[in-house]
Amino acid sequence: MSATPLHKKVATRGHLKIQDAHKVYDPEGAAVLAVDNCSLEIQPGEICMIVGPSGCGKTTLLNAIAGFHSLTSGTIHLDGEMLCGPGKPKAEPGADRIVVFQNGALFPWKTNLENVAFGPIMQGTMSPQEAREKARAIMADAGLSGMENNYPGEISSGVRRRVEIVRALMNDPKVLLLDEPYRALDSLTKSVMHEALLEIYYRNQVTIFFITHDLEEAIFLGHRVVIMTTRPCKPKKILTVDIPHPRDYSVLTSPRFRELMDETMEAVHEEAVKAFAAGEREG
Amino acid sequence: MRLAEEMKKRLFDPTRLRAIFAIVVFVVLWELGSRSKDWFGYAAPWISVIPAPDAVIVVWWGLLGDAGYWQSGYLSLLRVLSGFGAALLIGVPLGLLMALSRNFYGIVFPTFEVLRPIPPLAWVPAAIIFWPTQELSIAFITFLGAFYTIVINTVDGAKSIDPRYFEAARAMGSSGWDVFRRIILPGTLPSITLGAAVGMGIVWEVVVAAEMISGGGSSMGGAGASGAGGGLGFFIWNSYTGGSYEQIVVGMLSIGIAGYLSSGGLRMLGEWITPWLRVR
Ligand SMILES: Nc1ncnc2c1ncn2[C@@H]1O[C@H](COP(=O)(O)OP(=O)(O)OP(=O)(O)O)[C@@H](O)[C@H]1O
Ligand SMILES: [Mg+2]
Repeated sequence: MSATPLHKKVATRGHLKIQDAHKVYDPEGAAVLAVDNCSLEIQPGEICMIVGPSGCGKTTLLNAIAGFHSLTSGTIHLDGEMLCGPGKPKAEPGADRIVVFQNGALFPWKTNLENVAFGPIMQGTMSPQEAREKARAIMADAGLSGMENNYPGEISSGVRRRVEIVRALMNDPKVLLLDEPYRALDSLTKSVMHEALLEIYYRNQVTIFFITHDLEEAIFLGHRVVIMTTRPCKPKKILTVDIPHPRDYSVLTSPRFRELMDETMEAVHEEAVKAFAAGEREG
Repeated sequence: MRLAEEMKKRLFDPTRLRAIFAIVVFVVLWELGSRSKDWFGYAAPWISVIPAPDAVIVVWWGLLGDAGYWQSGYLSLLRVLSGFGAALLIGVPLGLLMALSRNFYGIVFPTFEVLRPIPPLAWVPAAIIFWPTQELSIAFITFLGAFYTIVINTVDGAKSIDPRYFEAARAMGSSGWDVFRRIILPGTLPSITLGAAVGMGIVWEVVVAAEMISGGGSSMGGAGASGAGGGLGFFIWNSYTGGSYEQIVVGMLSIGIAGYLSSGGLRMLGEWITPWLRVR
């Protein structure tokens, strides 16, 4: 689009600060402690990758940020504004934090273009016609030209995921919340998705909170990789990925990448063993 | 040129050819069965008492010029459409309300579930007592035929919408009305279409039976020799009492064709309002 190398653009918004987050499901009954004493600060424009054992509470944390569920205690700030905290356990869902779900939530009854144009029309920030024009342009940027009038059911799941990320970006969010968006994809499609995501990211510099189980994906995309403990979840180890952006697939074979992989693997494995043992104990 | 090719392809499409073939075989077997006594000296069971297709066609041909026959079909169609239309008009909003409001559901559902197993035809005497005219009684019975399926399908459809769609819509700034109009309504449409298609089938069954039982609504129109004024159900009944067996078959086939056409029309309408489900 623009001639300037966009990855040099510096993000000034999307500063996410989680303090002492604490979440108990069903406090009167089973009292499942999902998140405990979890603090994490994410810088504007950072790609922060979250990994951790299954069921440790990652999605719980994401839901609290998105405002789908409440926190039992703790505070979350976005750019200094309190989303939830004392006296306000549940954040309001808003266009500044858009979630891209694992199985996708594109509206099947709307064409891809109508899906992408949806947010600004709802918020009244653009007229329907403006929104459609903008949507067409942003889809073209993401290599999605020619699919505007298809329905989501008519395109492959990889392309659907891309449309959904583009739909999220149309809202000009401060934070993009991704919950294992590429889980169901084959590795080849996944690698294409990664490069596409980075390309979109270099244009938009939005803060990305990205949950995954794929360590290679975590290191390839992230500025930092947060390894969560087994349930209740809190950061066990935060790994800074000192491979400069923009990245492409050649970094996968670099020695530094392998070192980071080993380091992550070790920490994750330790937690996985703990999670497994805990599971054994519970029966 | 392209059009001609397209037409040819459609006409000679294997499934279509198979369907035509099956109908031809059916008619030939019917003819053979009906005429078995004359032709083979052996009366095939059951089928030999049924008028042969060529005799039926002769009678049918004669009826095509008969205003009473058309009037019967028209009356039944009118009853089907009004009963069905009322079922849609009342059933869909009711179903949506039941799906959206837990309280409303709690209040309405038990009554609904007790009334639902009562076959529409069991309502005939009550309907005749309740409603001032035969016409309204028949329309009411017809309405019941489609009503329950439409409500049940609407409730199920609206309840099974993936909650992520609501979360996504909310996060993108949709108001409650937006969510209703842009998520709940289109999300429920496929189920409504399905319920309507099933309901349409039931409605034709019910209207004919109601016409027969209630004497064809004859209180409002003089049901003459051909059963005009009574609808197709009464037309058949009248043919039976009048001893014209060919005419019975004509009436039956007319209902079959009318049901087929209305279901087909409804299906096309359904596909048109749910373009995202169309395979292209
Ligand atoms: N609504 C709920 N009510 C009760 N318990 C819940 C609820 N949602 C999640 N949990 C429990 O909280 C824990 C954390 O769940 P969560 O979905 O956040 O894990 P996760 O890290 O996202 O797991 P995965 O990697 O498998 O997606 C799990 O033990 C889960 O069973
Ligand atoms: Mg999860």
